[in-house]
Amino acid sequence: MIVELGHFALILAFVVACLQAVLPMIGAQRNDPVLMAVAGPASVAQFLLIAFSFGALTYAFVTDDFSLRLVVENSHTLKPMLYKVAGVWGNHEGSLLLWVLALSFYGATAHWFGGQLPARLKARVLSVQGAVAVAFLAMMLWTSNPFLRLAFPPMNGHDMNPLLQDPGLAFHPPFLYLGYVGLSMAFAFAVAALIEGRVDAAWGRWVRPWTLAAWLFLTIGITMGSLWAYYELGWGGFWFWDPVENASFMPWLIATALLHSAIVVEKREALKAWTMLLAILAFGFSLIGTFIVRSGVITSVHAFASDPLRGMAVLAILAVFVGGALTLFALRAGQLEAKGVFAMVSRETGLVVNNLLLTVSCFVVFIGTIWPLVAEILWNRAVSVGAPFFNAAFMPFIILLAIVLPVGAVLPWKRAELGRALRPFAGALAVTVAAALLAYALTSGRSALGPLGVALAVWLVAGSAVDLLQRCGRGGLGSRLARLTRLPRADWGRATAHAGLGVTIFGVVALTSWAVEDIRVVKPGQSYDLGAYSVELVGVHDEAGPNYTARVAEMRVTKGGAEVGRMFPAKRTYPFAGMATTEAAIRPGILGDIYLVVGDPQDGGGYAVRSYLKPFADWLWLGGLMMAFGGVLSLSDRRYRVAAGARRALTAVPAE
Amino acid sequence: MRRLALVLSLIVMAGPALAVRPDEMLPDPAEEARARALSQGLRCLVCRNESIDDSDADLAHDLRVLLRDRIKAGDTDQQAVDYIVARYGEFVLLKPTTSGGNLILWLAGPAALLAGAALAFAALRRRAGAPEAAGLSPEDQARLAALLKDQP
Repeated sequence: MIVELGHFALILAFVVACLQAVLPMIGAQRNDPVLMAVAGPASVAQFLLIAFSFGALTYAFVTDDFSLRLVVENSHTLKPMLYKVAGVWGNHEGSLLLWVLALSFYGATAHWFGGQLPARLKARVLSVQGAVAVAFLAMMLWTSNPFLRLAFPPMNGHDMNPLLQDPGLAFHPPFLYLGYVGLSMAFAFAVAALIEGRVDAAWGRWVRPWTLAAWLFLTIGITMGSLWAYYELGWGGFWFWDPVENASFMPWLIATALLHSAIVVEKREALKAWTMLLAILAFGFSLIGTFIVRSGVITSVHAFASDPLRGMAVLAILAVFVGGALTLFALRAGQLEAKGVFAMVSRETGLVVNNLLLTVSCFVVFIGTIWPLVAEILWNRAVSVGAPFFNAAFMPFIILLAIVLPVGAVLPWKRAELGRALRPFAGALAVTVAAALLAYALTSGRSALGPLGVALAVWLVAGSAVDLLQRCGRGGLGSRLARLTRLPRADWGRATAHAGLGVTIFGVVALTSWAVEDIRVVKPGQSYDLGAYSVELVGVHDEAGPNYTARVAEMRVTKGGAEVGRMFPAKRTYPFAGMATTEAAIRPGILGDIYLVVGDPQDGGGYAVRSYLKPFADWLWLGGLMMAFGGVLSLSDRRYRVAAGARRALTAVPAE
Repeated sequence: MRRLALVLSLIVMAGPALAVRPDEMLPDPAEEARARALSQGLRCLVCRNESIDDSDADLAHDLRVLLRDRIKAGDTDQQAVDYIVARYGEFVLLKPTTSGGNLILWLAGPAALLAGAALAFAALRRRAGAPEAAGLSPEDQARLAALLKDQP
C-alpha cells in the first residue's frame, strides 16, 4: 500500500512539475502576479511529493519488500540495515529518484530563501527548474520506474554489489547528486536572466549561494569517492581518470570557474555573457556526466545500469535543455552589456586567467573522455585514453593555475601594478624555494615531480597566508594578526579553499612519488621489512559476517622492536551476490599510512601479501575537505545570503 | 543490473585479489621496475579502463608474464611494448600515440589555451580602452541600496 502511494506521489509530482514549468512562465510574460505566484507553492508541493515517494521506496527496502523488482535485484534480508537504506540509491532507478529529490529540494529552497528575488525572476527560475523536473520525472516514470511490482515475488533478493556495501560509498552518491543537481539552479538563473534580457550585480549575488552549495557538495562527493577508491579497491589508487570519475570532475572544474566569474559579475558587472555561458555549461556537464554513467557508451569501471533507452532519454534531455539554453544565449548574449571597465592588470584579468585555465583543463578532460568514441566513429580505430594521457595533458594547466593563483587572489580590482602586488610574496617565494630544495635533497635520485609538487603546495599555502595578512591592512605584524579574527568569513573561506588546493597537491605528489611498495609470499610466522617497519604474519583465520564470509590475516607491525599495532587485512566472499572483495588494512597517520593487503594462498604454502607505505596520503582528502570547508565559510558569510535585508523585516512581525 | 553484476563478478572473481603476483616478478629488481613502469601504460583488454598493473583478471596476468618474458629476452622498453601492440592492437595502449587523428587529441589542450588566451586578450584590450559606462539606473541604485543596507 505504501509503495503504491509512493508511486502515486511520483506521478502527482510529475503533474505538479508540469504546472510549475508552464504557468509561472506565462505569468511572467503577461505580468500576471497570480500565475507567477503558482511557482513557489508548486515547488514546495513537488518537493514534498517526491520526498514522500522516496520515503516509500526506502520503506520497501528497509522492510525487505521482495514484491518490488528493484528490491529483489538490489537487496537481501541479511544485508546490514545501513546498506538496506543506502541500497535505495545504489541502483539506477533509485539513484534517479534521489536525483529528482535533490532537484525539487533546490527548487523549494529558491522559494524558501528567495523572498528577496524580484517576482518575475523568481517565477522564471522556478519555471525552468520545473521543466528540468518534468523531463527527469518523465524519464523515470516511462523508462526507469522504481515502483514496479513482480507477479511472483521470490523468497529473498540478489543482494547488492558488495563493492557498494561500504560506508564511504553509501554517502558518496547523495553528495555527488546534491552537487550535480545544485548546478541546475545556476542554469535556471542563467536561463531566466537570458529570457529577461538583463543581468546585473544583484544576479551575481543571488546565483552565488546555490553555485557555492553545489560546488561544495561536489567537492565533498569527489573527495569521498577518491577516498573510497583508495581503501576499497585494494591497491591504494585514488584517482583513475575513469570516464565516470571524469563525469563528476568536469562539472566541478566548470563550477569552480563559474564561482569565480560570478564574483566579477557581482562586484564589477563585467564578464556577464561569459558567466551565463559557464552556468549553462556547468549543468550541461552534469547532464553529460549522467549520460556517461547511465548509457554505457563509454566503458568504465563503475558504469552502472547501462541501457541504450535510458541513455537516449538522457541524451534527449541534454539536447533540449543545453541546446535550447545555448540558442537562447546566442540570441540574447549581445544585449548583456558590460558596465565595469578594468585595466589589463587587475583582479578581473586574474579571474579571467583562472577561468581560462579551468575551462581549458575541463576541455582536455572532456576530449580525452570522449576520444575513444570519436576515433571509433571517424576512423574506425579502437583507441584507449587512460591515466598516462590525462596526467600528461591535464597537469600542465593545474601547475599554471597553482602558480598564478596566489597573486591573482590579492590583485586589486580595476587597476593593479604587478610589481607592487608581488612585493608581499617575497617571503612566501623564499619559503617555497627552500621547501623545494629540501624535498630535492631528501629524495634526490627519484622523480622530479616531488620537488615541483612540494613547491606548488607550499606556494599555495603560503600565498593564502599572505592573502589573509594583506586583507588586514597596514601596520605592524602584531596589529595585523590581531585583525585576522575580524576578517569577513568570505576572506577566510577563500584562503582556506586555496590552501586546501595546495594541501591536496601535496598529498597527490607524495602518494605518487614517494610510496613504498612490497609484494611477496609470506608464510605464517614469517616477517619482512617494510621501510623502517617490520611486519610479521601472525596467522590467518576465517570469520563470518552478516552476508559474507572472510579470510582474515593477523599482521603484527613493529618498529625498532616495539609493537606499532596489529592489522587485519581480509578477503571477503559474498555468496548471494557471487562476488569477492579485498579489505585492505590501513593504519592511518598524519605522516603516512601503512597499507596491507592479503591475497590468496600460494602453491608452496604462505600467502601473497602486498604492503605499502603511503606517505602523507591523508593530506589529499584533508585538502579536499579544506576546500569544502572554505565553501562553507564563504556560504555562511552573511553578506552573501539571499535573504540578507529581508531578515530584519521578518523579525518585526509580532509573535502570535 | 544483472549484466553489471555479471561483468563485475567476472572482473573480481577472475583472479586472486592481487594484481601483480609474487611468482610473476622478475628476480632482477631493475628489470622488474621496468616491467612495472611499462605495465602501468598497458590496458587490460577485458577490464574497464584498468592497466594490467592494477587488474586482477587472468588476461592481465598473461600480459604481465608476456611483457616480462620480452624484457628477460633482452627487449628494450619500446620493443617490448611494440611486441604487445603488434598482437593486441593499439587499444592496449593507455597513452594513445600521436599518429594520425590522435594528434588532434594531443594538441587540443594547448590549442584551446592559445585560442582562449588570444580571444581573452582581444576582449580585454577592447574593454580596457572603452569608456566607463554610465552608472546604475536610479531604480537599480535603490535596489542595490536596499540590498546593501544590512551589510556590516
